[in-house]
Amino acid sequence: MFNVQDIRKDFPILSRKVNGKPLAYFDNAATSQTPQQVIDAIVDYYSNYNANIHRGVHTLSQEATDLYEQARQKIQAHFNAKFSHEIILTSGATHSINLVANGFSSLLKKGDEVIVSALEHHSNIVPWQMLCERTGAILKVIPMNEEGELVMSSFDNLLSENTKLVFLNHISNALGTINPIEYIIEKAHEVGAAVLIDGAQACPHVKPDVQALDVDFYVASAHKMCGPTGVGMLYGKEAWLNKLPPYQGGGEMIAEVTFEKTTYADLPHKFEAGTPNIAGGIVFGAAIDYMNTIGFDAISTYENDLLNYATQKLLEIEGLKIYGTAKNKTSVISFNLENIHPYDVGTILDKLGIAVRTGHHCAQPIMDFYNIPGTVRASFSFYNTKEEIDTLVEGVKKAKMMLS
Amino acid sequence: MLGRAQSRPKLENKFSYNLLTMLEETKLKFVIVSIEDIQNEIIDEFSMFDDWEERYQYMIDLGKDLPLINDQYKTESNIIKGCQSKVWVHAEMTDDKIAFTADSDAIITKGIIAILIRVFSNQHPKNIIDADTDFIDKIGLKEHLSPTRANGLVSMVKQLKMYAIAYQTQLN
Repeated sequence: MFNVQDIRKDFPILSRKVNGKPLAYFDNAATSQTPQQVIDAIVDYYSNYNANIHRGVHTLSQEATDLYEQARQKIQAHFNAKFSHEIILTSGATHSINLVANGFSSLLKKGDEVIVSALEHHSNIVPWQMLCERTGAILKVIPMNEEGELVMSSFDNLLSENTKLVFLNHISNALGTINPIEYIIEKAHEVGAAVLIDGAQACPHVKPDVQALDVDFYVASAHKMCGPTGVGMLYGKEAWLNKLPPYQGGGEMIAEVTFEKTTYADLPHKFEAGTPNIAGGIVFGAAIDYMNTIGFDAISTYENDLLNYATQKLLEIEGLKIYGTAKNKTSVISFNLENIHPYDVGTILDKLGIAVRTGHHCAQPIMDFYNIPGTVRASFSFYNTKEEIDTLVEGVKKAKMMLS
Repeated sequence: MLGRAQSRPKLENKFSYNLLTMLEETKLKFVIVSIEDIQNEIIDEFSMFDDWEERYQYMIDLGKDLPLINDQYKTESNIIKGCQSKVWVHAEMTDDKIAFTADSDAIITKGIIAILIRVFSNQHPKNIIDADTDFIDKIGLKEHLSPTRANGLVSMVKQLKMYAIAYQTQLN
């Protein structure tokens, strides 16, 4: 049974004060807070198992290796990947995207086309731009409409036999739009293109099934899912991961090394050069366990309720405009007050103990589309409450009063 | 601003021409209200406020009162990097003193730059270069000093000092 007051007890940080006021944390799309169960997992690892993995003959190393590989299996099960070696542990979604983009630089040729969406985070634009610069491939963009939804008819027109790759986020970090990835994957596959989905913003809210989606690559970051920073994952279909060359050279990723030739290790180690973030990987598993204990159905039902409540309350404020009004969206509200800079609103809210994000949210093309310098973004998690949203609404009213 | 205009003749009258000549080296300290004096003046003003709300309301008002920068100077090259809001600063030197004008699209940032301009404008480049900025901490705006702070107060101070360094080079 979902009880937000019980859940809040799991998060020590939620009871702290900021600027003398109780913290109201609405920057969940940037990073989520960490429950005690996950903090305990970090302490447990360093207190009892800390060792380097995969190579040691001693017991500690073997135990740490087991825990690390169990975490990989947990991630595999969570995303419903066919094999655990299809899960590459990385430093986060950005690293995962770069790994794939780098791999494709040897597979693309001049004139090939790659399609990105207008709703992307810079981390899902820049690596592909770099890839296109290196290979001579052409970058095409699926446009968005005023509501912040991708225009699917334009996507259909962009697709051709030259399309080799399509990449977009599952959910937009700036606007919260849930993109129709099922349709996009199906259509892209019809022309033989591979699809990478950036799930960084989706994974805190939904449980993706990579086999049902039939997606080629899916990436996520642990720190947006109640886990630690500096760790994330890349799911890739086995055939694709075998096709891509290694990203970084080093220990762990080799089978045999001589000065004449090196043969690479099998998946997943081929892509995991050097000592990995061992604690991070293990704790990522603990974070997934935690979220599954709460349950993703309960999470999305509750967060939708928060979103509707907050949308209704905020829109009661005269001069407040919400950007991103897609029919299908998650608990993110990007807004501005008329003639007031988002930075000013964010500064006043901070003084009231309310944490929001301001700025372009690493999605400048979206801000350019709306011709605004940025927005105030409040993103809600399953541990937020309606009382906190009331605090936010009062805070925005106060900011409006002070700044007008 | 008013305080400076009033105290200036008073200070000049205090000293005879001869004394000023004898103190040629330190002359500037007497004929211009020093950066430190202005900073102390600002610290006094801010000490009257009881809470953050009054402090911020005052800064917002300072921002609103900041004289407009000439539009021709609101160029891409005059934008200070490292701020979440846009900040334009223009500098001009006359009689060995730098006058700054500025603008921002965010009002709190504008208030902050207004305070900085009040401190640094109409000063000799060397005094600007040598000035410390502890007063920012003392007026309760310490949170804006962190290098990660999106308003880029650190970048603003750095930029004003860069102008001073550039003009100082011209004087040497």
